[in-house]
Amino acid sequence: MSEESVNIEVNGIPLQARKGAMLIEITDAAGIPIPRFCYHKKLSIAANCRMCLVEVERAPKPLPACATPVMEGMKVFTESPKARAAQKGTMEFLLINHPLDCPICDQGGECELQDLAMGYGSDASRFAERKRVIKDKDIGPLISTDMTRCIHCTRCVRFGDEIAGLRELGATGRGEFMEIGTYVAHSVASELSGNVIDLCPVGALNAKPSRNRGRSWEYVQHAAVAPHDSVGSNIFVHTLRGKVMRVVPRENDAVNETWISDRDRFSYEGIYSDDRLSRPRVDGAETDWETALEAAAKGLQAVITQQGPEAVGFLLGPTATVEELYLAQKLARGLGVANIDHRLRQADFSDQDAAPVFPWLGQALEDLEKVGAALLIGSNVRMEQPLAGLRLRKAALAGGRVMFVNPRDFEFRFPVAAKVIADPAGMVTALAGVAQAVAELQGETLPAGLTGLIAGSPSDVERAMAKTLIDHTPATVLLGNLAVSHPTFAQLRALAGFVARCSGARLGYLPEAANSAGGWLVGALPHRLPGGRAAPTLGLNARAMLESPRKAYVLLGVEPELDCWDGAAAHAALHGAEFVVSLSPYASAGDSPSHSRIVLPVATFAETAGTYVNAEGRWQSFQGASPPFGEARPAWKVLRVLGNLCGVAGFEYVSAEDVLAEVWGDCESVQPDNISNGDLPNWQSFQPEGLLRVADVPIYATDPLVRRARSLQQSPLMRPAEVRLHPEVAQALGVVGREQVQVRQNGRAVELPLVLDESIPRGCAWIPAGLPASAALGPAVGPVVIQ
Amino acid sequence: MTATSAPSSENLLSAHARAEIDRWLTRYPPDRKQSAVLAALREVQHENGGYLTTELMDAVADYLDLPPIVVYEAASFYSMFELKPVGRHSISVCTNISCLLRGGDAILAHLEKKLGVKLGESTPDGKFYLKREEECLAACCGAPMMQVDHVYHEHLTPEKVDRVLDSLE
Repeated sequence: MSEESVNIEVNGIPLQARKGAMLIEITDAAGIPIPRFCYHKKLSIAANCRMCLVEVERAPKPLPACATPVMEGMKVFTESPKARAAQKGTMEFLLINHPLDCPICDQGGECELQDLAMGYGSDASRFAERKRVIKDKDIGPLISTDMTRCIHCTRCVRFGDEIAGLRELGATGRGEFMEIGTYVAHSVASELSGNVIDLCPVGALNAKPSRNRGRSWEYVQHAAVAPHDSVGSNIFVHTLRGKVMRVVPRENDAVNETWISDRDRFSYEGIYSDDRLSRPRVDGAETDWETALEAAAKGLQAVITQQGPEAVGFLLGPTATVEELYLAQKLARGLGVANIDHRLRQADFSDQDAAPVFPWLGQALEDLEKVGAALLIGSNVRMEQPLAGLRLRKAALAGGRVMFVNPRDFEFRFPVAAKVIADPAGMVTALAGVAQAVAELQGETLPAGLTGLIAGSPSDVERAMAKTLIDHTPATVLLGNLAVSHPTFAQLRALAGFVARCSGARLGYLPEAANSAGGWLVGALPHRLPGGRAAPTLGLNARAMLESPRKAYVLLGVEPELDCWDGAAAHAALHGAEFVVSLSPYASAGDSPSHSRIVLPVATFAETAGTYVNAEGRWQSFQGASPPFGEARPAWKVLRVLGNLCGVAGFEYVSAEDVLAEVWGDCESVQPDNISNGDLPNWQSFQPEGLLRVADVPIYATDPLVRRARSLQQSPLMRPAEVRLHPEVAQALGVVGREQVQVRQNGRAVELPLVLDESIPRGCAWIPAGLPASAALGPAVGPVVIQ
Repeated sequence: MTATSAPSSENLLSAHARAEIDRWLTRYPPDRKQSAVLAALREVQHENGGYLTTELMDAVADYLDLPPIVVYEAASFYSMFELKPVGRHSISVCTNISCLLRGGDAILAHLEKKLGVKLGESTPDGKFYLKREEECLAACCGAPMMQVDHVYHEHLTPEKVDRVLDSLE
């Protein structure tokens, strides 16, 4: 027997237990049931519900299994008369004030209190007095409250404190008057708030959007994968009579543990938005599939015959599945079209030949919580990939040093060891400073191509960052969404690569969307075929396809004005095109009427079989949870028929699995590797003149589905389109006190509300993208005039 | 936006209150500022005429680097903190077992009649607050007793209660 374990006996069964473990962990692992409410394996121990009382030999009173450490020779009885009496006593007290409104409670049928009351409750109550009543609280559009049902387990309070890092709920008052709430009425503003719904063992906290829509036992549960960020959280989709009713987490410790982000939980509302298309449309009129598909095939072929395949562009959404992206690029290439891209928000493609086969996290998601040092470049990880942010938070709380080079001083729920907040040019300079400092400390020299980016000697912060990366292992350097949309992304990538290599850190990417990694792997790129092989003909990238407009476009799950780097260019290009085919679940593109000649209604993530590749390179396949809305069809089937109609060979698939098998053949041998190999040009640092617009994409505006999720749009995290300026900049511009300002970019002007915000670097105007109100402006980063 | 608003503790807490909180903070480890929350609330309540407001609690939270809810929890848990405006002089009559046996109830009834308010209420002129005391005030040997502001008055009779009240501003 090792010194690290002890022998105990539970109900006469001998068990080996890790020294220092709590009894309930051991019994849970051994499958011995002990009732509990406040205990949760991912939260701290509160021991306040007393439901897990068990009898321990030689202990004078029953002990709570969740807070009793195992001891050598301990003899435990979980079902002895003494244990049972204690558990039943606790249950009697819990039920004193609990309303017996199970028939109208959303938790009914999946309620821990209901379940345990079956086993431990009495059939008649001895409590004849009045029950306590607590007024319900409005804590926002996502969570409904029935606080009379609360049993004060404090799981929700501990979740906010320990996991989300946002302590908004608390237990105020005392004894009979204790209440869980926010005390001052306000909406809970966490990107992870929905998890308290799962944690709540009773019906006090329920999902507001699905409230009173169905009973838990009527729902059919389908395993699925979340379609937004690159974590690829495992979820269950619950359907009722073929309709998606709600989404809950599916436990997978390697990916999302037991949590999911609010975006993954509530975006399903977008499936049934008002503009969901049930039948194909040709020139604005509904028609049948045969007509629409033939018109699409003919139209495409006509453009190619008359103007050549260069006149066609394929813009593919990075939330499309592996199968869809693969078939889309296969169709394009079968037609001779090389203009294919899924990197819609990327601005700088100059080093794309040197890019890895697929930019990946560089490590497992689980590794993020063990890093000793992390340098994130252009990342608001908390909003961009909330569950990766949660892992980094764990690392930071355990003493890991998390550092940022960002274009805005974002709020993080963990200690930030060091940060440089600068405009896009300053970000490059700062990272060059870190690179120079790392090189000095390691006795290396900076590659010649990078020396032009250096401005003077490194600052103290840059030196400290370099030293931290070298001194603390494991270390990682991560590129986030705002690095990818940076106008000189190639410079950031090269500098980050050098910093990582020279300091011994792992270089990683936090890919933007659910299938960004998949898009690279399957060749949804103008310069590479599936599996990363070089393409024989080099096509135009996503930005070039819009800046030098094509005659025809094929869109897959894309709303170009909102999903591309330059919304205004996208608008102009699409409206100027002769022929646009859009494979989309929705009739309209954002606020503007559709520019598409043909809209082919396709299934959303919950209505199709498919596969996503997450940030770690994990391939996760799923089956459709519900039949597609109306006459919509899974996009892979639509692409298959289009392939057949266009006479492209190799489109004889029977199932999504057939497609996947073919893709896998190309990608099986790909080893993830973030090392970029290529000659560096002699870069010079750029200095923007005047005010520079910088945009992120708000958390609930990232893709067509989430933009239509009603409840998320009302969340306090979802800000309307606005201009944020540093107060000093606003002072210099003379706009302090103005509610609205006029923003001009590339000759187009819009009026937007003004917010003064010290987190914005001087020289920048923060104007989010992905919102209809700002879509008319130009690129995500570019000069603007404000008056 | 926390980024844009000035820290509320600077505006709402007096220099004396901040000095007092700082003095308490020296007793605890630097990363355990929460330990000073009771002392801070006591001081702030005292300066504010006997009760706390949400703004003051927020200011304490800001000063101690705590989420505001943590301060609300402490302030709402302990009965010595008042969360609504109350009279200037806080009167607590003990009605626990020893005082009960020695006529504490009659003292309370006398006070209610004299002040014209019920237990838990303040007089309309804002002078007196008849506080609902939770438990024994630990002066059984002087029963019946009451606490007025920070002073204990023991061996009470209705006449003695009148004298105590009349002596207050």
